[in-house]
Amino acid sequence: MDYFVLIIAAIFVNNIVLAQYLGNCPFIGTSKDTGVAMGMGFAVVFVATMAAAITWAVQRYLLAPNGLDYLQTIAFILVIASLVQFVEMFLKKIIPPLYKSLGIFLPLITTNCAVLGIAIICQREEYSLLETVIFSIASGVGFMLALVVLASIRERLDMARIPLSMKGTPIALILAGLMSLAFFAFKGMAA
Amino acid sequence: MIELSILALFGIGFTAAVILAVASKVLYVYEDPRIAQVEAVLAGANCGGCGFPGCNAAAVGVVEGKAGADVCVVGGPEVMANVAKVMGLELKEMEPRLAFVDCTGGERAEEVYRYEGVLDCRAQHQLYKGSKMCPEGCLGFGTCVQACPFDAIRMGPNGYPVVNPERCVACGTCAQVCPRNVISINGFTDDITHLNEVNDCLAPCRQRCPGQINIPRYIEQASRGDYAGALETIRERIPMPLSIGRVCPQPCETQCRRQHVDKSVGINMIKRYVADWEMNSGVRLPIECKPDNGHKVAVVGGGPAGISCAFFLRRLGYQPTIFERMPLLGGQLRYGIPEYRLPKKVLDWEIQGILDLGIDVRTEVKFGIDFTLDSLSEEGFEATFLGFGAWANTQVSIEGDDAKGVETGTEFLTKVGLSVETGIGKKVVVIGGGNTAIDAARTSVRLGADVTMVYRRTRDEMPANMEEIIGAEDEGVKFQFLAAPNKFLKDEKGRVTHLEFTRMELGEPDASGRRRPVPIEGSETRIECDTVYMAIGQKPDIDCLYDENKSCGLGTTRWRTVEADKDTLQTALPNVFVGGDLFTGPDLVITALGAGRRAARSIHHYLSQGEIPIPQNLQRNMIPYTLFKDLERVVPIERAQMPHLCHGDNRTCSFAEVEGTITTEDFERETCRCMRCGLTCYNRTEQPEEEGISKTSTNSKKELASRI
Repeated sequence: MDYFVLIIAAIFVNNIVLAQYLGNCPFIGTSKDTGVAMGMGFAVVFVATMAAAITWAVQRYLLAPNGLDYLQTIAFILVIASLVQFVEMFLKKIIPPLYKSLGIFLPLITTNCAVLGIAIICQREEYSLLETVIFSIASGVGFMLALVVLASIRERLDMARIPLSMKGTPIALILAGLMSLAFFAFKGMAA
Repeated sequence: MIELSILALFGIGFTAAVILAVASKVLYVYEDPRIAQVEAVLAGANCGGCGFPGCNAAAVGVVEGKAGADVCVVGGPEVMANVAKVMGLELKEMEPRLAFVDCTGGERAEEVYRYEGVLDCRAQHQLYKGSKMCPEGCLGFGTCVQACPFDAIRMGPNGYPVVNPERCVACGTCAQVCPRNVISINGFTDDITHLNEVNDCLAPCRQRCPGQINIPRYIEQASRGDYAGALETIRERIPMPLSIGRVCPQPCETQCRRQHVDKSVGINMIKRYVADWEMNSGVRLPIECKPDNGHKVAVVGGGPAGISCAFFLRRLGYQPTIFERMPLLGGQLRYGIPEYRLPKKVLDWEIQGILDLGIDVRTEVKFGIDFTLDSLSEEGFEATFLGFGAWANTQVSIEGDDAKGVETGTEFLTKVGLSVETGIGKKVVVIGGGNTAIDAARTSVRLGADVTMVYRRTRDEMPANMEEIIGAEDEGVKFQFLAAPNKFLKDEKGRVTHLEFTRMELGEPDASGRRRPVPIEGSETRIECDTVYMAIGQKPDIDCLYDENKSCGLGTTRWRTVEADKDTLQTALPNVFVGGDLFTGPDLVITALGAGRRAARSIHHYLSQGEIPIPQNLQRNMIPYTLFKDLERVVPIERAQMPHLCHGDNRTCSFAEVEGTITTEDFERETCRCMRCGLTCYNRTEQPEEEGISKTSTNSKKELASRI
């Protein structure tokens, strides 16, 4: 039951984009097309899960025992950047179709603060390894959900006549704000 | 503490570096260095206009041969040159492309619904499947105008988009957002290889034309004085406007909507006028051809189908060689159609212009004797087009048909075409009712003979063109309708002296729907004659396709034609294509010219990509909803008459051309009679002259597009 609550909380209540306001750049940048949004969403789920698991180990076995918690951010950035590079090389060699389908999204994730944020939240909440993995997957799914919903709305918006000054990023930011307000309705469902 | 922190970070960094270093060795994937070089010279805009997700993907596409040096739509000529340099390509191979709007708007395609809330073509299409009566035409809300990132499209005065060729980079954004597919990205190759599709803006005349000529467009260009543009439009589909302007029986005019008001537009007159304008100017207009791509193609038969196939193959960059058994090219145009309809000097001028594009010719070589399909392959020809026509005559086996003076119409016309002695007598009988029979009769008149035509049905059922029948009557040819030949009588020297025929009457309709002629007993009649020309039908002579064992690698039909796919014209041998009378049996010159282009298209696809794509929505028959008759507010204007160049004895004693070109005044009035029809639309008023469009002729692609 705890895990179920954890998943619901990560996807809806504490959505990484709409409640935590992390990962806004890829959220706006890759939400013009539903297909692209799905690709980016899967890439985030994959990388966030791996990154959270490895950073959990780094925190538990390297930083915490030596009293180096204050190095958490810089150490995690180093780990995530290296991990993304490794994953990119791995996929390119072993699973070329997946590498091609992820395309430019993998390098984009290197500097995605949503992934870093998920890793740090896991440490702040002192999750176990299993909880960390579940939370990471759920947070990635929450990111993908927000991305796909925004992309779907933006596709519809392309058909509407909107003032020129509001076209593109401005209307997307307003939409993101409205979606964020909508997601606040989940507050109180689970902590 | 600081030391430990540095050590920890260094440790993490070092570990990551070692893992990545090992991984880069273990997981190394070779990447063509040219990808990075190409990516470096691209514009780096990541706009997606090239169709690839990002510049790196575009660079990969270029290196893999999926895209050319012109891949980058925003980079311009400099980027193109740099990419070509990296890839070792010749820049001249790059073909300019432009957005092309295949909808001319028009008054009839009225808006029947207009929802003011969502003024967007795609929304309108999704909600109501379009707001206009025309199911294919432009909706006119201008979504393409909004979508164009280069500000290259504006809405024209009639509410449909107009492309500015100076700004268009052929990025394809407009084509992507258009829900009706009225915009496409076209290059020179696309124009030549396009086949009519039902969602093209096809006026009824354009649907009916076997050559698929864009008739409304060339008439519109001609009406503005842009004769060069009109000829370029015609030559996108057929190579011989001079000849076809003289001999075409104008099937397009039978579908012209104008005939429901007064008379159909003189489409062929207009074609002949602009073609004659070029010939009389003495200067040949340049015809765009792609650079030589090294592929050799054999074209067997130098008639209309073969010439057309070679012409389009050459324009697409191939090296065609025409093999012809006669001394000169032209086929039935030269040896079947008499001088008074198509002067040889006109035909020569036209054929020379086509050969000047770089087409090789070998004359007086016979297929099956001097060369075969195998010998052509051995010589390096990668594909072969067979278009050697229907030269064999259908014979009537009646008593006395071996008499001297009895021969076929085509043999006679060929002798006249070759300027050899015909052996014609003074009293000639021509048996048959088609164009060949009429040609034989009118030619005999010019050679001083008294001519009678014998036909087993009535005048109304004669398959010949009506103006040809009238021409024959005017020239004194006598007719015996409802008359079936029985036997030939001959003298002691074996020469024919009389033809005996039985009079017929019309009985019940037969399978063709025509009333079958039934003999009247005891009605045998004789006509005195010393020469008889039989012209009762032709068929292809396909014996040359069979080898010594009487077997043929190609499929043949019971009508003695070669079997092939009706869309691709590909035969049972994948690198052999067929067209013209050899495929259809005796048919129109324009049909053969059209088949030549379709075969060239198929050969191009076969040799360049291994398969021949055929669009799903190919237009095969007339589109029913375009055949309406209720035209409103169209003011009747009298149709121009083709002038006669010679009269009286001059006409019947010489082979001087009978029909002339219409006057400039008639030409201008005739072009204004065209209503610029679309699928359902037509303009009710005269053409307004658009601003900024000069009347000077030009055939540049960009200027052409700007007028559409």
